[in-house]
Amino acid sequence: MPDPTILCEALEKSFGEVRALRGVDLEVQPGTVFGLLGPNGAGKTTAVRILTTLLHPDGGRALVAGRDVVREAEELRPLIGLAGQYAAVDENLTGLENLEMVGRLYHLPAAEARRRAGAVLERFDLTEAADRPAKTYSGGMRRRLDLGASLVGRPEVLFLDEPTTGLDPRSRLEMWDIIRELVHDGTTLLLTTQYLEEADRLADLIAVIDGGRVIANGTSDELKDRVGGEVLAVRVRDREKVARAAGAVLGLGPGGGKADNNTGEITIPVGRDGTTLLTEAVRRLDGDGIELADIALRRPSLDDVFLALTGHTAESAEAEADAPARGRSR
Amino acid sequence: MSAGAIEVRTPGRLAAAISDGWVLTKRNLLTYIRKPDLLVFSTIQPVMFVLLFVYVFGGAFELILPPTIPYVDFLMPGIFVQTAIFSALQTGVGLAEDLQKGLIDRFKSLPMARSAVLAGRTLADTVAIVFQVLLMLLVAWLVGFRIHEGVAEALLAFVGAVSVGYAFTWLAAFTGLSLRSVEAVQAASFTIVFPFVFASSAFVPAGTFPDWLQTWANINPVTIWVDTFRLLTLGDAYEAFRASSGDPIASLGTLMWQSTAWFLGILAVAVPLGVRIYRRT
Repeated sequence: MPDPTILCEALEKSFGEVRALRGVDLEVQPGTVFGLLGPNGAGKTTAVRILTTLLHPDGGRALVAGRDVVREAEELRPLIGLAGQYAAVDENLTGLENLEMVGRLYHLPAAEARRRAGAVLERFDLTEAADRPAKTYSGGMRRRLDLGASLVGRPEVLFLDEPTTGLDPRSRLEMWDIIRELVHDGTTLLLTTQYLEEADRLADLIAVIDGGRVIANGTSDELKDRVGGEVLAVRVRDREKVARAAGAVLGLGPGGGKADNNTGEITIPVGRDGTTLLTEAVRRLDGDGIELADIALRRPSLDDVFLALTGHTAESAEAEADAPARGRSR
Repeated sequence: MSAGAIEVRTPGRLAAAISDGWVLTKRNLLTYIRKPDLLVFSTIQPVMFVLLFVYVFGGAFELILPPTIPYVDFLMPGIFVQTAIFSALQTGVGLAEDLQKGLIDRFKSLPMARSAVLAGRTLADTVAIVFQVLLMLLVAWLVGFRIHEGVAEALLAFVGAVSVGYAFTWLAAFTGLSLRSVEAVQAASFTIVFPFVFASSAFVPAGTFPDWLQTWANINPVTIWVDTFRLLTLGDAYEAFRASSGDPIASLGTLMWQSTAWFLGILAVAVPLGVRIYRRT
């Protein structure tokens, strides 16, 4: 196996009383997308800030592109790109001026900075808005410009800290397409997200981080396997009959399962006998005269995984972990 | 290793620092051009001060001044220093804004000189100070301000006032990066600057203050700067007035020396403080 592009060993960082990272180990192979998944305040941003030389760790070490992030920070910076949680563009400058400025700060000659800025704008569908101040841009456009700024220097390693937080669903989908394309170019990418679906769609490998620790590591499939096999999802057309339907099918699996009266959905972990149980479920419900809107076998979502790993859902963790999140900028 | 990395030149340290500082100076100057209201409103305030002092208080103040010194001629050196210092506070606001918007993070992750953000900010804001002091000069002329000495002396006073502003941009940079929020910076910088600007001889002769306040006013650098610029623009008339009011002024040479020492002293403290806090931000 080649040397990993990103390597963290026992990385630690505290902000006063708050231990943001408590010994994080990570390994990211060249040319892959690595997803750092966790709720707000889990330590994702702290990890990114250390890896992009913005913050010194208290303990452990980290190498990016073979350079130590503390001792060789200066040699490392030309090789990395960062797009942050907040669209870090100067809103009084035009899109073109923003990108040119970043190019000049990578010490590109003026003409080359301009050429690359134009190319990035075109690639991100911002050519028409190139000469408008960034404050006139929509949220999605700003985020694309911010991402564009991180690419002007053609970094080997790209860090995207919650690239789609705060975007509407359509802009989020656009952003996903853009990120997928980046990976085709061979860039190594580390992205953080609190959206389980995002990690699932984009990342080759995922590390689940919670309370400053990596609590699970692996491909999306491997993580889902930790919840155990498949899930049978039944959606009842008539909400009134959810309880009756649940009574009929909940006993089918090896145990567990839940019924949701609001959505009319009943989910049952089914282990390896999915198909047999699916047939049996259809037969029973049909026998009871319960009409179905939908019935399917699905792999557990990362939501299910997160719940199984941490005992809480990603969303409920947000509220309790707000304080450490604020430590990010210190 | 990607092809992109090879294309990036690695200029010498000094060349990079100058080039990066210039890129950011341009960026900050563009902001002034795109948001003209920033300059307009910060200019209106000193203009109002001039009108207030000249037309409202001026009549009363002229009673303590000799007929050789119209109050507006006495006042303007103080207004120039006040304008330069208040205008310099924008540096702190601008940096706090960049911090809040994540721009400082972006800059710090780039392979640019560490000095560029502060150098570019203080330089651009000093250009704004030059512009504002020039504008005040025009307003002063309109309300009757005239220099009593030569153009060379006046020019020296002008450069002096702008230099004072430059020194204060560094103090403001430190405040901005320490407090981190635009609102806090705005509130705090005015409070910090107030005793310097107002408890000085900027608007009235310090000889009229109670003893304890005079003690402060006499060591206050603003008093030293304003007295220096007064001596440069009013000449003998000011020296004679101070002598006759029992509060003789130091020689121009001494004042120039003290002014420069304060200017360099503030920079010697504020620049390392600013750079240090920027590195830790």
